[in-house]
Amino acid sequence: MRTPSCLLPLTLDSAVLNLSNITDLSPLPDHILIELFLRTLRAGKLTERVLKLFIATGKDEVFSLIQELNIQVTVNPVLPTRTLNSDLTSFMNAWRPIFSRFHLIIVKDLDLKEEIKIPEGFNLDVYEKPDIDRLVGTSTSIIFSGYACRYFGYLVSRKKYIISVDDDCLPAKDNKGFLVDAVSQHITNLTTPATPFFFNTLYDPFTEGADFVRGYPFSLRSGVTCVLSCGLWHNLADYDAPTQALKPEERNSRYVDAVLTVPARTLMPISGINIAFNRDVVGPALLPCLRLAAEGKFRWETMEDIWSGMCVKVICDHLRLGVKTGLPYVWRNDRGDAIASLRKEWEGVKMMEEVVPFFQSLRLPQEATTAEDCVVEVANAVKEKLGSKDPVFARTAKAMLDWVKLWKSVGGCSSSPGA
Amino acid sequence: MAQPSTISPVPLLRDELDIVIPTIRNLDFLEMWRPFFQPYHLIIVQDGDPSKTIKVPEGFDYELYNRNDINRILGPKSSCISFKDSACRCFGYMVSKKKYIYTIDDDCFVAKDPSGKDINALEQHIKNLLSPSTPFFFNTLYDPYRNGADFVRGYPFSLREGAPTAVSHGLWLNIPDYDAPTQLVKPLERNTRYVDAIMTIPKGTLFPMCGMNLAFNRELIGPAMYFGLMGDGQPIGRYDDMWAGWCTKVICDHLGLGVKTGLPYIWHSKASNPFVNLKKEYKGIYWQEELIPFFQSVTLPKDCTTVQQCYIEISKQVKAKLSKVDDYFSKLADAMVTWIEAWDELNPSGAKSAEVPNGASK
Repeated sequence: MRTPSCLLPLTLDSAVLNLSNITDLSPLPDHILIELFLRTLRAGKLTERVLKLFIATGKDEVFSLIQELNIQVTVNPVLPTRTLNSDLTSFMNAWRPIFSRFHLIIVKDLDLKEEIKIPEGFNLDVYEKPDIDRLVGTSTSIIFSGYACRYFGYLVSRKKYIISVDDDCLPAKDNKGFLVDAVSQHITNLTTPATPFFFNTLYDPFTEGADFVRGYPFSLRSGVTCVLSCGLWHNLADYDAPTQALKPEERNSRYVDAVLTVPARTLMPISGINIAFNRDVVGPALLPCLRLAAEGKFRWETMEDIWSGMCVKVICDHLRLGVKTGLPYVWRNDRGDAIASLRKEWEGVKMMEEVVPFFQSLRLPQEATTAEDCVVEVANAVKEKLGSKDPVFARTAKAMLDWVKLWKSVGGCSSSPGA
Repeated sequence: MAQPSTISPVPLLRDELDIVIPTIRNLDFLEMWRPFFQPYHLIIVQDGDPSKTIKVPEGFDYELYNRNDINRILGPKSSCISFKDSACRCFGYMVSKKKYIYTIDDDCFVAKDPSGKDINALEQHIKNLLSPSTPFFFNTLYDPYRNGADFVRGYPFSLREGAPTAVSHGLWLNIPDYDAPTQLVKPLERNTRYVDAIMTIPKGTLFPMCGMNLAFNRELIGPAMYFGLMGDGQPIGRYDDMWAGWCTKVICDHLGLGVKTGLPYIWHSKASNPFVNLKKEYKGIYWQEELIPFFQSVTLPKDCTTVQQCYIEISKQVKAKLSKVDDYFSKLADAMVTWIEAWDELNPSGAKSAEVPNGASK
């Protein structure tokens, strides 16, 4: 039931959305300041900068609130740069209202020669080839180039949650015309339970205005931890080259207002364009290990994320963790020529025919209780069952083992067993 | 890969579809549905007192069955059809001669989509049933055969033809289909979210099938749609559609058929009394904790290639494994067999039998 809107709450909501543009809160009356503080906190937008703004007002009530509450910023958007355009200015300005409150990790593609341009006003770390070489060394088979450069960001982050968005994506609009805060939605997805063992026909039962339907077993209603949140794309959907070539005018404009848990033992193509995950629990399972021989610079010339996604899903199913799909949407810019891409060999497309039956029948042993253990088991199975079919799989299996080693040495403490 | 989109009209299927409606009161709600339902033949299953006359609005082509008719037609086998519970609707499935069935409750009205347009639920169900499902691999853009969507990158091409769709499960705006405990905790909650998607429920995943707004291909899956022993004289109610849904899903998974859920929405107007519901559901809430693991672990032998064979096999396993939960399941297993016998009697296999051409599961 909605109470009628009046001016003050609407103004406060608007202020929360525009915090990045506010530089001084002292003119606000106390009660409004406190209300703004609480709304900011609830919206997850209390960053260091904003906190300093509140402190600068000098009001006692603000101090006592800060002391009572335990405030932590635990999100890390990771942004890989794309090789065709080193100027991130328009991208970052478009995302500024949503990203400015978080720590960003920008990883420059090894193949990108130009200097990257980043606008002011963000709290970020940039990693380029020298940094990568220094931290990772040259003894590993992992190459952080192309779309795979983002995994370096996952490796060096020390935060609990990671959000990753391709840099040809902008904030999308929802069905009411409002800008979608993709980060906030991903965090909501990751911090509410998933329900992989039984399908709820009203989709996410933990969202406002919904619940478990009649016939949903009560013992399954507490759900499991969600560790991966897969978002969708407006405008240029993540189609492969043949599909996009066949339907050059097709653009995705449908806003499907749902988040749902992908059921256990159900596989799906997990796109790397717009995802978020719990690094503490499944960090090592997102891996830059499959590299096509004709790996290209457009999304439909790569399968690295699809491979990584298959591994993550199988591992999540084994560890009884949840994967969600649906909201949030991002707006993906038009780019590339699908027909030109068709001329390259359809290596990735052919590969899926082998890969899917392999993952569908893969079962991991009971003793694998952490993401690293599981990755090693998957790698061994890949080598054993797929290694003889195509040399790319043998290379991938080795890369997976290298990745686990890298994760253990550079990635900080090992991942926690399935929460 | 999915066909390029063409705007061709959805076939009416007027002579191939029956609308089955269980009722105990009246059928006034049909007035609102007239623009969409009038071309179709209705099968009305009258529950409760057979001496009461159910008034059907003018202009509809229908056949009506009350308890006396059911007893007359089925003889001793009528014991498998529930009394004083909308489960009796499955008699309508059995007695129909059409390929497709749409069933709807008499408190369900025409809903509006976000643009304010009336939703022709029947047309959407027909679209769902006539286009393939994708149970073997999940498509993140939901139904790939819909206008404006397709299979995403990474979806294996060998799976893009999909599987035949056996069931189309629609949803409800306004009063959501909650169980009694949830109704008691949230009596005022209304479903206002219009989720513009149809999706296939993946193979190996069970779901709660609601019978309020449901369509299915009777030739592909009809005999599995037995709504069980509910209501008068039975220890349980409001689990009829759930039971049918679990049996149906297991059989669909075995035979390589698809089950879709999502659009269309109808407007569910009447909230039933949660205290009455609690009494009916009480045992079910406990029993479903046993039932779900049971259905999740049911395996059907390769030589079960028809729906009837699969169903009889499930009834054997129900008797063997669930009788210890309660004697009710032993009776239910018997009723399941009676149902199949009655079905085969009314639908002799000179007519189309419910066999899938490439029956074995993947």
